Amino acid sequence: MIPELGKYAVSVLSAYGATAVILGVLVVYVLRRSAVAKAALAAQETPKDG
Amino acid sequence: MSLWEYANPVKFLGLSGKFLPWAWGLGASCLFIGLVWGFFFTPDDYRMGSTVKIIYLHVPSALMAINAWFMMLVASLIWLIRRHHVSALAAKAAAPIGVAMTLIALVTGAIWGQPMWGTWWVWDPRLTSFLILFLFYFGYLALWAGIGNPDTAADLTSILCIVGSVFAVLSRYAVNFWSQGLHQGASLSLDKEENVADVFYLPLLFSIAGFVLLFFALVLLGTRSEIQLRRARALSLRGNAQ
Repeated sequence: MIPELGKYAVSVLSAYGATAVILGVLVVYVLRRSAVAKAALAAQETPKDG
Repeated sequence: MSLWEYANPVKFLGLSGKFLPWAWGLGASCLFIGLVWGFFFTPDDYRMGSTVKIIYLHVPSALMAINAWFMMLVASLIWLIRRHHVSALAAKAAAPIGVAMTLIALVTGAIWGQPMWGTWWVWDPRLTSFLILFLFYFGYLALWAGIGNPDTAADLTSILCIVGSVFAVLSRYAVNFWSQGLHQGASLSLDKEENVADVFYLPLLFSIAGFVLLFFALVLLGTRSEIQLRRARALSLRGNAQ
């Protein structure tokens, strides 16, 4: 399935691998921050007893 | 109806909530099509061999690294002139995404440069201005993190953004200003003669569209988070004061 990359296979695959890792970290960071923000706002908007 | 109405945080949250699923879906689709098409179904270049497949990552990420800074510049100017908090928060939300895009461009460029130029790095005008832009992104984030008052932080980061724009412009046009660098000219241009070969062109366009939409989705989500965090902080301060 993987195309014949010849002598540059390591370069091409490492470029795709590095991009996948960086994009993955970025997306997880943004989603995590979104979850933290939602939780923080929900905690403040919930009426407190007493 | 004025566009400025969407600077209202409540209206922004409503509208961005509608756009987000579309931006995620379209962005992921375009990126998938562009990368699969480019990686599996395009031939090797007669000079670059299979390393030509790296352009589907390098060109869109470099484009977004520079344009993210310009987006931050526009948002910063809106903050400085009209004092809309959403614009300052949008600029703040775009910065980590710009860091990631710049890092992808630098890493994929180095990986491509090693077999093609015989070196991972060279102090070429475009590469150097790009590295400085990368450092400006970190400076921008550090300034936001280091200042307690959000309005003061927005003011100072906006000024830093204006200063850093010089390097964003240099990153974009360095190959036109100086001819002694190793970096080649633009892969996409209005002048068809300068474009990449037709066989690489369409998958590259899909990949660029994917990166643009992904950036758009991440900025929208990041801005929403910043608004929610700001609101939570305000409620907390109000609760403590009572």
